[in-house]
Amino acid sequence: MTFRDDSASHPPLDYPAYKSTALRHPKEPLVLLPQRLTELTGPVLGDGRLGPLDHDLTRQHEGEPIGQRIIVHGHVREDDGRPVPDTLVEIWQANAGGRYRHRWDNWPSPVDPNFSGVGRCLTDKDGYFRFVTIKPGIYPWGNHPNAWRPAHIHFSLFGRAFTQRLVTQMYFPDDPLFFQDPMWNSVHDRDPKAAQRMVCAFDYGATEEQWALAFRWDIVLRGEDATPMET
Amino acid sequence: MTTPSQTVGPYLGIGLPWPDGPDVVPEGTPGRIRIHGRVLDGAGQPVPDALVETWQADPEGRFDSGFRGFGRCPTDDAGEWEIFTLKPGALGDGQAPHIDVSVFARGLLNRCVTRIYFADADNAGDPVLESVPAERRATLLAEPGPDGYRFDVRLQGEGETVFFKL
Repeated sequence: MTFRDDSASHPPLDYPAYKSTALRHPKEPLVLLPQRLTELTGPVLGDGRLGPLDHDLTRQHEGEPIGQRIIVHGHVREDDGRPVPDTLVEIWQANAGGRYRHRWDNWPSPVDPNFSGVGRCLTDKDGYFRFVTIKPGIYPWGNHPNAWRPAHIHFSLFGRAFTQRLVTQMYFPDDPLFFQDPMWNSVHDRDPKAAQRMVCAFDYGATEEQWALAFRWDIVLRGEDATPMET
Repeated sequence: MTTPSQTVGPYLGIGLPWPDGPDVVPEGTPGRIRIHGRVLDGAGQPVPDALVETWQADPEGRFDSGFRGFGRCPTDDAGEWEIFTLKPGALGDGQAPHIDVSVFARGLLNRCVTRIYFADADNAGDPVLESVPAERRATLLAEPGPDGYRFDVRLQGEGETVFFKL
């Protein structure tokens, strides 16, 4: 068993419109690493790593954070549809004003003392995950004139093998800032449909009345190569 | 179709580090070694917003023994990272003892994958090392030193680390 090549889904490491890639992308060709045992296994993480409120970013402090309360939920699957159960999902994000609780983030938008912006959960047996958080704000950065990051939540996933490891960002539907965002465009330039796979869907059916809006986002990790057909 | 990768960005430090991330095995574990190094960019400057993750077999070359096998360490302002682990054993398939490594950073739209081998081990016949141009193999060797094994990651430029396509 090996995992199917999915390199067409991913952005290039050399992408000049995102300036930080200039000195950080390897220039030598990548060497093919055949998938052997180390690549086909992965860490089992979770037990003891999660606190009871790690999945609810609105309840990690004494008070409630400012912002639009939202549920972000979905399934982690492999690209043949097989669920990925019991896998660690980690998220981090800006607060409602677009400010990260990080010593390097000093743009003039207030830190929210009731929001750390960090969450974790394990998928259940069906690969399902659910977070409660607030909608992250948009923030400016210095990549190009008048640059703004579309609202996004960072996601980190392990799957069941080293080969499946994925770190990505979830975007919100119809963000007006996609057109000028190099991270979005690094995917969209080559394959607009692939970029749409980074966008969650508004999920009215999962909203909690008088409490929270909901967005659904399904995450797809590399699946197994199809079994060769016998001829 | 898989979900596309995106960069961890500059603020990974709030979300991904764990207090015990570098401790593949706890302090005091017999045989514990330190592996450390710097992540450097194409100008030779330290990368202070990277994350190094490691995945390896236990000392018997097994993945099913309950050994955590996983390490994770953000780089500091000098681009330095470290993990504390046990030396992996050989898997018995002709590969020399090795550790798989993922490097994430602002400016990397996808992770970079490399491998740590041990300069003081017998690496003869390892099929992965043999697939790498001979003059670049040394970039995959962790060198023993007074502070543990040193493994620098050069993302670009002279002495660029060998990165793999998985």
